[in-house]
Amino acid sequence: MATKSKITWCPGCPNSQILVSFRQVVTELVQNGLLKIENMAAFAGIGCHGKISDYINVNSFTSLHGRMIPAMTGAKCANPSLTVVGFSGDGDSYDEGLEHLIHAAKRNSDINLFVHDNRVFALTTGQFNALSPKGFKSKSTPFGSIEEPFNSLFLMLSAGATFVARTYAGDMAGTKKIMQAAITHKGFSYVDIIQPCITFFDTRDYFKDKVYWIGEDFPTNDLKVAMEKISENAEDLPAQAGKVPLGIFYKVDKPTFEEELYK
Amino acid sequence: MSEDSNKDIFTIGIGGAAGEGVKKVGINIGKLLCDMGFEIYLSIDYPSLIRGGHNFVRLSFSKNKIWNDYAKLDILVCLNEETKEIHKGEMKENAEVISGLALPEIIERIKNILKKRNFELNREKNESELINGNIAFAKGLEAAGLDFYIAYPMTPSTSILHYLASKQTKEGLKVIQPENEIAVINMALGMAYAGKRVAVGSATGGFALMQEAFSFSGMAELPLVVAVVQRQAPATGVPTRSSQSDLRFIIHAGHGEFPRIVIAPGDPEESFKAGAEALNLAWKFKVPVIVLLDKILSEHLMTSSIDSGFISVERNESIIFPGTPEKVVKVTSYEHDENGITVDKAEDVKRMVEKRFAKSANIEEEMKNREAVKIYGNTDGGDVVVFFGSTKGSVLEAAKYFNKSVKLVQVVWLEPFDTERVKRELEGKRVICIEGNHNGQLASLIREKTGIEITEKILRYDSTSFDSIELAEQINQKFS
Repeated sequence: MATKSKITWCPGCPNSQILVSFRQVVTELVQNGLLKIENMAAFAGIGCHGKISDYINVNSFTSLHGRMIPAMTGAKCANPSLTVVGFSGDGDSYDEGLEHLIHAAKRNSDINLFVHDNRVFALTTGQFNALSPKGFKSKSTPFGSIEEPFNSLFLMLSAGATFVARTYAGDMAGTKKIMQAAITHKGFSYVDIIQPCITFFDTRDYFKDKVYWIGEDFPTNDLKVAMEKISENAEDLPAQAGKVPLGIFYKVDKPTFEEELYK
Repeated sequence: MSEDSNKDIFTIGIGGAAGEGVKKVGINIGKLLCDMGFEIYLSIDYPSLIRGGHNFVRLSFSKNKIWNDYAKLDILVCLNEETKEIHKGEMKENAEVISGLALPEIIERIKNILKKRNFELNREKNESELINGNIAFAKGLEAAGLDFYIAYPMTPSTSILHYLASKQTKEGLKVIQPENEIAVINMALGMAYAGKRVAVGSATGGFALMQEAFSFSGMAELPLVVAVVQRQAPATGVPTRSSQSDLRFIIHAGHGEFPRIVIAPGDPEESFKAGAEALNLAWKFKVPVIVLLDKILSEHLMTSSIDSGFISVERNESIIFPGTPEKVVKVTSYEHDENGITVDKAEDVKRMVEKRFAKSANIEEEMKNREAVKIYGNTDGGDVVVFFGSTKGSVLEAAKYFNKSVKLVQVVWLEPFDTERVKRELEGKRVICIEGNHNGQLASLIREKTGIEITEKILRYDSTSFDSIELAEQINQKFS
């Protein structure tokens, strides 16, 4: 699954863990006869996360900054037998391309979005973004950001995503499980992958103690319950106490955009 | 010669408030005349509102080909009281007014008036259809095997969206209206990547939003057709009125340098051909192709001969798509090598820029076999009129009133530009350039490409079309 491309992420960057998790998930899906490798189409945005397409030897489409999601829907409409996954960043999806993210969830396009959530613009050497906590000091906000961040999962639930989950890049077994569940879900799958930026916003210690997996028996078909659960730590980083739940919060079946298109 | 003395041409005006069915009445009258065998030109003028205001359809017809409508009316159909007042100055001496009638009675009255005036044709139903440039363009796309049309509504491009949406089938053509123009073009690029023939369309303002992705199609060599319909700009401008002020913007669209094709048809028949040609060329050369229209061409109807039988669907077997066993297809907006892997070494960058531009020579060769420049009138004349886009209609109609023979040169391909041909047609001649803009953009492009400076220009930038009688007078004066 590797290419000849040299990996240029910072040594120790959790992006490498996401990369390895994904390669393993694809390998397993292929081995189990659930996926033909030629039908995997991996999309990427622009940001550190976007380099991933150079490191996986599968069909890929590295889009413009923030514009990956409509291209994913386009490819899925054009060839519904493709399994379309997309790697995006929080800046890519929640700043530059927010309208596309919300509309893809609304139309329940059968695509899988993995957001590398580091709550900072990293590739541009560290500025606040739409998920950075209020007060975040960066090169563009030297006195601290004056804006509240989005609660990303809450936004996705409100927009109509039919699969909403969160994982932690450092927990590769958990990430693989979530990725696989997202890919096999029919409809718009949203996965938030907490991916601390070890250079510009190192939250490894913060999250290490706060993340926990919700139980297997968590009811995933109740929007209200899901919203309550993901609001547990709504105030977010570098929030005081509070835990950060991981797992599948919501999963319901609805007709997909592509099914409706060809009906 | 004044138009009043042109007994071959008859003009009907239909006016009323928006929402009163002015367009519907106008088009129905047009269809009746088409069935009677007349050649027709039908213009539609309306403000940007849903109810009220004043809408006006002007319909000129003749037994011979007619390229523009005429200001002076033989019949005025009033769907409201105000119409009579607004258009009283446009009536010919013996003009008749029809008011207070419903469509069937209006049609009967018109038939009677034509009979009374002996303005009838004893010929078979016209084989032509009454069609505008937008619909003709859309039919061209259909004929060339369009799989997807993606668009966000924007006047005056919207009728392409409406028409193609109505032509969707379960397994065939699909039409999608996403959240905005940026989504439109990026969605289209995803479709092209996955192997589908796709077109997008908008007014120039909407295309302005698509710039980054337009450049991406050049970088990733993804085949894409873009219909761009000009309206009076800048900014929101005058949404329901015309302009030719985006020529420069369109030929330079997208950041960076990459080959593209820009075709500017001048009438519905050319729009049909351009739609089909654009799709085939985009796939043949893996480049973005723009078809540049304008409100006049897009919305005014003309009797035209549209025959899909002559169109072939030219596919490109050399392109591979995801889903092909044993193949990995990588596309990226970054500079990349032949395998689609990001590169930034100087020699790789240079090699890839040259790889993309290697297509330019082939595209220019292709252009030589297409109607990139069209000539009308006296091909040996010492006097030349040059123009592009819908101005063709105004000029060809005006030519009926020229005092001397003049060569008419229409530039159809704006990029690449047929420098050799244009130079040959213009060099050493007295030339007038006629354009619907303020800066004389075609004249400046001709100077850039050929070195020929055109000092005589007739420019119109009031958002309305050239009146052919006025235009003929101006040209006669300049060439006297």
